[in-house]
Amino acid sequence: MVQFLIHEKADTVGVATVDIRAGEVIKGLYMDTQDTIKVKVLQDIPLGHKIALQDHRVSDGVIKYGQDIGKVIGDIKKGEHVHIDNLKTRRW
Amino acid sequence: MSDRKILAYRRENGRVGIRKHVVVLSLDDLSNTSCVAVANNIKGCKAIPHAYGRLQFGEDLELFFRTIIGTGANPNVAAVVVIGIEPEWTNIIVEGVAKTGKPVTGFSIEGTGDIGTIAKASRKAKEYVHWASELKREECDFCEIWVSVKCGESDTTSGLASNPTVGNAIDKLVEMGATCSFGETSEITGAEKICKERAATPEIGEKFMETFNEYNNFIKANKTNDLSGSQPTKGNIRGGLTTIEEKAFGNLQKIGKKSMFLGVLKPAETPTSSGLWFMDTSSAAGEAVTLWAAAGFVCHFFPTGQGNIIGNPIVPVIKLSANPLTVETMAEHIDYDCSAILRGELTLYESGCNLLNIMSRTCNGYLTAQEVLGHEEFILTKLYRSA
Repeated sequence: MVQFLIHEKADTVGVATVDIRAGEVIKGLYMDTQDTIKVKVLQDIPLGHKIALQDHRVSDGVIKYGQDIGKVIGDIKKGEHVHIDNLKTRRW
Repeated sequence: MSDRKILAYRRENGRVGIRKHVVVLSLDDLSNTSCVAVANNIKGCKAIPHAYGRLQFGEDLELFFRTIIGTGANPNVAAVVVIGIEPEWTNIIVEGVAKTGKPVTGFSIEGTGDIGTIAKASRKAKEYVHWASELKREECDFCEIWVSVKCGESDTTSGLASNPTVGNAIDKLVEMGATCSFGETSEITGAEKICKERAATPEIGEKFMETFNEYNNFIKANKTNDLSGSQPTKGNIRGGLTTIEEKAFGNLQKIGKKSMFLGVLKPAETPTSSGLWFMDTSSAAGEAVTLWAAAGFVCHFFPTGQGNIIGNPIVPVIKLSANPLTVETMAEHIDYDCSAILRGELTLYESGCNLLNIMSRTCNGYLTAQEVLGHEEFILTKLYRSA
């Protein structure tokens, strides 16, 4: 059983497939290579939400599906929740 | 897998259909009553009523004819009775369908009235149903099936599992030599540059961008509120989606990782070769599937997260979901539960194989959830007001 999935090796975030509590060490599966990794979670991550797999600095890109999905607007540590408070579209 | 065979119906023009519907096709809103009456009289035929067909003009009228003729011409249809209020436009439909070589007859109501028309059309429909009842399936190549893809009521499980499952199946189908299509022009917003890079040539990429920009300019010109605040939707954000780019890349998973698209089709336009094609469609499920059916696609993959229940009168719609709640609470609508991907128990490769197996069974005659439940949304795309 894994607690989160990562689309591609290049991704900097994974997606929770169960509700995850801060402090847990969780197992993730790369969907392209079937490799697994472990990450210590620093914040609660609800099912379907993103978890950072590395540190991100303001103005960095967040990579999911191997693509840039927006710009970082607040520093993010590995294991933190990535969502509307720290990630914004480049579109609008 | 490339030499996989199915049992299906080879039509007069060489195309392969997986159903043998006898349809009673309305030319216009006024003829719906007669079409429904014929389908009520004659068991085994199916009325296709709709809301339009009067006083349309220009490009909107061209799309109307292309859609109605294409519906009758679809290889899943064995024979067609057309009913219209007047003979001229009725004959345009009859002649268009007749080019396929399949049996088709038209009836017009003016000068006869509903009751006389229903009697004559019912006799013809009865003849067609008897004839179609003896049509036999024959061995055909799996890659002769034309497949369209579109998702609906998407959530994070769509981007994680059901859309990539469809994408994996499309990669496999295109490699086998099948004909496939995706669309949803406005839903590509955020991933349009990546989509453009999937065009087979720079010219096709430019044509895609032109079509994409035209659709979005149309939306901007007619909007009554600020769409930037509604994409992603509040429901999407609750579910974990943050940006429009992220939502669009999730959507684009349906076209897989390998295939380049060979052209940009107008709504309901038939592709000219095998391979992957982009079609300019609305993102409304009923409208889009109707357009693909009219272009000659005979099977549709529909991944859903929260549970869209769309169907079509002539094209089997295969529904898949990876949302464990949806597959439980809306079980009767779902043909394939791929939620095992979320538990890390199923790979996308295996899931793509599973979907192709269900498609294979559907081609051989297995009825999809939508067919058994009678979901037959036939929705015309209208470009602007009638005269």
